[in-house]
Amino acid sequence: MRLLSYMGQWKSAAKEVLDRTAIVAKFLCLLHVTNNYLCSPTLVYGPSMLPTLNLTGDVVLAEHVSHRIGKVGRGDLVLVRSPVDPRRILTKRVVGMEGDTVCFYVDPMYSQTTVVPKGHVWIQGDNTYASSDSRHFGPLPYGLIQGKVFFRVWPPDGFGTLEQ
Amino acid sequence: MATQSLLWNSVKKFLACGLIGLTISDRYASIVPVRGASMSPTFNPQARNFTDDYVLVEKFCLKKYEFSHGDVVVFCSPSNHKEKHIKRIIALPGDWIGTSHNSHDDVLKVPKGHCWVEGDNSASSMDSRSFGPIPLGLVKGRVTHVVWPPQRIGLVERVFPQERVSSFK
Repeated sequence: MRLLSYMGQWKSAAKEVLDRTAIVAKFLCLLHVTNNYLCSPTLVYGPSMLPTLNLTGDVVLAEHVSHRIGKVGRGDLVLVRSPVDPRRILTKRVVGMEGDTVCFYVDPMYSQTTVVPKGHVWIQGDNTYASSDSRHFGPLPYGLIQGKVFFRVWPPDGFGTLEQ
Repeated sequence: MATQSLLWNSVKKFLACGLIGLTISDRYASIVPVRGASMSPTFNPQARNFTDDYVLVEKFCLKKYEFSHGDVVVFCSPSNHKEKHIKRIIALPGDWIGTSHNSHDDVLKVPKGHCWVEGDNSASSMDSRSFGPIPLGLVKGRVTHVVWPPQRIGLVERVFPQERVSSFK
């Protein structure tokens, strides 16, 4: 009789543990899906996007819907995976889409014109003088775009949507 | 009321399954079909066989983006982000690769953060010989096993033409 009651207790405890684990697992999955498919916070820093984003570090929200349905256009701030080091994510502005003719300065005396090939985008930082972008590594495949930045959370005086 | 709660419960279960499935396929592993004959002796050996091969793609390599020569990878096409291709990595950043383009030989260095991919069936394959080296950031996973059809279940081996690649800096 006692053995049976022990068994019952153990069974209910095990069931509870399983239930709790399932809830935590589901929560983590939900977090992953929102982060990857809807929107996620990102910390961006560095001089390349001055004066739009600060040097010291801004927290911005990036949404992951529009690049999947192909709605990224000229003037959008995007997160892209760096073609030089795939572990780094860059924040830049889309300047040209496929088929556009882009004119850029390699150095102050000399400008160059290229046509963006099919399925590629041309990205540049807002701070022309301190930005490593398409002027160095050429047009980027659209598949490297990870998200579109649309809202600034931090610092508080810059809170609000980012205009294009 | 009873039918409503039953409906609600099944919707909840369905959503939970979807979330878990999506997370696993994004972070750990997924199963994808292989279309076309560009990887022919390795996948889809007979072109007239109407069943596609299904392969297991693992995503752990995406944490650090470290690959080896001869890995078979899934990547987004550089010219159309909606298309995914399956090809073999021949050369990694810093390697010199010998290419033969329109019967004229050339040697080029794979730039930093890029790789050189080619299909096993060089006669019918759209690969780096036509679009050049691709950024490693486009890679979406590494193919490890063939899982379907049953008679072809097995490991995908790491082979590459060593004589064409040199890591001389």
